[in-house]
Amino acid sequence: MLTFKGGVHPPEMKEWSKDKPIERVPLPQKVFVFLSNHAGNPAKPVVSPGDEVKTGQVIGEPEGFISAYLHSPVTGKVLEINKILHPILGKPIEAIVIERTSDDEWVYIETGDFERMSKEEVLEVIKKAGIVGLGGAMFPTHVKLSPPPEKKVDTLIINGAECEPVLTIDHRLMLERAEDILQGILIMMKVLGVQKAIVGVESNKIDAYHNLKKVFKGYPVDVALLKTKYPQGAEKQLIYAITGRVVPRGGLPMDVGVVVQNVGTCVAVKEAVVDGKPLVERGVTVSGDAVKNPRNLIVRIGTPVKDVIDYCGGIDENTERVILGGPMMGISITNLDVPVMKGTSGITAFLPKKPQPQKPCIRCSECVQVCPMNLQPYLLYLLSTKRKYDEAVENGLMDCIECGSCTYTCPSKIEHVRYIKLAKTVYRATRRGKK
Amino acid sequence: MKLMSTYAPHLREEDDVRKIMLDVLIALSPAVIGAAYFFGWYALFLCIAGAVTGELFDIFVMRYLRGVKDFVPDGSGAVTGLLLAMNVSTRLPFWAFLLGLVFALGIGKHVFGGLGQNIFNPALVGRAFLLISFPTYMTTWVVPGAGFWKSPVDVVTAATPLALFKEQGVFTSYWDLFIGKVGGSLGETSALLLIIGFIYLLLKKRVKIFIPASYIGTVLVFSSIAYLMNPKYGDPLFHLLSGGLMLGALFMATDMVTSPITEKGQVIFGIGCGVLTMAIRLFGAYPEGVSFSILFMNALVPLIDRYTRPRIFGEVKG
Repeated sequence: MLTFKGGVHPPEMKEWSKDKPIERVPLPQKVFVFLSNHAGNPAKPVVSPGDEVKTGQVIGEPEGFISAYLHSPVTGKVLEINKILHPILGKPIEAIVIERTSDDEWVYIETGDFERMSKEEVLEVIKKAGIVGLGGAMFPTHVKLSPPPEKKVDTLIINGAECEPVLTIDHRLMLERAEDILQGILIMMKVLGVQKAIVGVESNKIDAYHNLKKVFKGYPVDVALLKTKYPQGAEKQLIYAITGRVVPRGGLPMDVGVVVQNVGTCVAVKEAVVDGKPLVERGVTVSGDAVKNPRNLIVRIGTPVKDVIDYCGGIDENTERVILGGPMMGISITNLDVPVMKGTSGITAFLPKKPQPQKPCIRCSECVQVCPMNLQPYLLYLLSTKRKYDEAVENGLMDCIECGSCTYTCPSKIEHVRYIKLAKTVYRATRRGKK
Repeated sequence: MKLMSTYAPHLREEDDVRKIMLDVLIALSPAVIGAAYFFGWYALFLCIAGAVTGELFDIFVMRYLRGVKDFVPDGSGAVTGLLLAMNVSTRLPFWAFLLGLVFALGIGKHVFGGLGQNIFNPALVGRAFLLISFPTYMTTWVVPGAGFWKSPVDVVTAATPLALFKEQGVFTSYWDLFIGKVGGSLGETSALLLIIGFIYLLLKKRVKIFIPASYIGTVLVFSSIAYLMNPKYGDPLFHLLSGGLMLGALFMATDMVTSPITEKGQVIFGIGCGVLTMAIRLFGAYPEGVSFSILFMNALVPLIDRYTRPRIFGEVKG
């Protein structure tokens, strides 16, 4: 089985939701759509309070190259455009608040038969659909699918690893929507002009692996079985496991001829290009030991987390943590009014756990052994606390993929990743200052 | 419902520092039982008292001298106390042992900033202090097997196999060396019991084999060459089993805090320890060189770490 060096094996906790077929959450009464629902520049609003909007209607336009379209997730009326706390950016960002007034009245994107469309036309549809990477990074898909001509991309890799504990939505998509995934892959292969696509699936989803194999028969799309290990789905680790290619430091997958997309993104691409549907909803796993009825759901973007949780029977009153995403890389939220974003792959809620006090580093070297990037997290942590940022950068600070394996394994309970993220932020800010 | 704001990852392994220290204590226990069997009640007393006072002293320093009111004991003081006890002669009076322990934890550990901050192995710092301050007590050895209840002061003294060999050319049987029925520091004599404990640590994945393997391997190679050149240097098996080599290579050199981080660094560290140990044994004034070679190599760890930095994923060769 294919894998990479390092990593950890946290408890999978997928049994809570892995057998629950994907359901659709009833339409929300109110949605909060962040203008920043993607990496890059926030979108520019093109509606004003009081406007009537339909489902799929453009409400935000991209600003700059790395940006994306936004569409109304419901049919209703724009109430206001207000700043609310963006959980990922950690600061208030403008969001368009829409109140639903009726059932969906769709506005579709203009599309055609993708086999007859030109590359550029297909790309334009993907762009118009506002598709971003649904794995979590929310990088605009049309940008990823148009690498500069000097980068010779020959392989499309689809991330079906879903190595985060608890999350099962990608697993369910691979079981229930394999045909759509295939369509999405074929569309992206055409856009990239590549002859080969490989879906990587972890061995704990063997049924998904077999299902994809069956559906992909006769198409130039392979399925690779990966060892179940975290962070198997991290881009560079996935590329290495599947192709043996090493993305150079500071480089991108396209530097080794690869583009990586998530399985959820494949479905979104199919829906946009074949059905003309813009990205107004996504798959979300709601699970964790504090969730009454864990589920896999299709949720409209902008739906408050609270609505989604309520649909799952609510959470235990003793719940200590609610996390957007999985437990390894997700972001904890303290306010359940926060909306689902284009990158929200899961909502996980946990009961209280015994606190584990932090101890000094005893140089056990566990963090060094598990680091998939071959860094020395203990050292980066020490240098960050001493504010020796330049030295930390020399030792690979910026190479950290923030997977959290070091923090997970540390017997001294040191929060390496927290300090590393902080040091990165400070370093970036000071470097900008120097220029 | 009060939701907590926490940083990713929101999951942690169950393991912690206390469990590591507890495993080290468990791993040392066969040798402690052996010490009681060979050297009597006082040896057992030193081990238990060493562990208990070591931990208490740690708590005292942290809570009252350094003002960490909510300090949670971690077991590292107990490990140092026990290791120091295993590194002394049963002739050492308890008051002197306590002095050594205070020195070990105070100078060896807390002046550097406490757990994890020390450069030198605290137990070996304590031992070096005792060796210099109380050379007579520290290098007078009792004959093993005098009976459990016999007071160490009443027991006939004996030289260690290394001293016997170096000074008088007398050989000790391999079997006695292996099971530990020889003179020496109370926890160092039985290779067998130390290896049993070490295997436990290996199985629990608390240590890696690199330091002991490279250390013992170097001693083996070095002593073989010396033996082939001149049998007066003693044969390799004798060097492996005598003195503090097993205790040093399996439990002292492997101290996480004071040894290199990477596997490559650990091999270099082990080789350095082996070369120095043999150099002292063969050419030095002391019959034994384990503690000083480990202490010396401890000092080189920052340098070793710097030159054995792992190559970052995606870093170009060269």
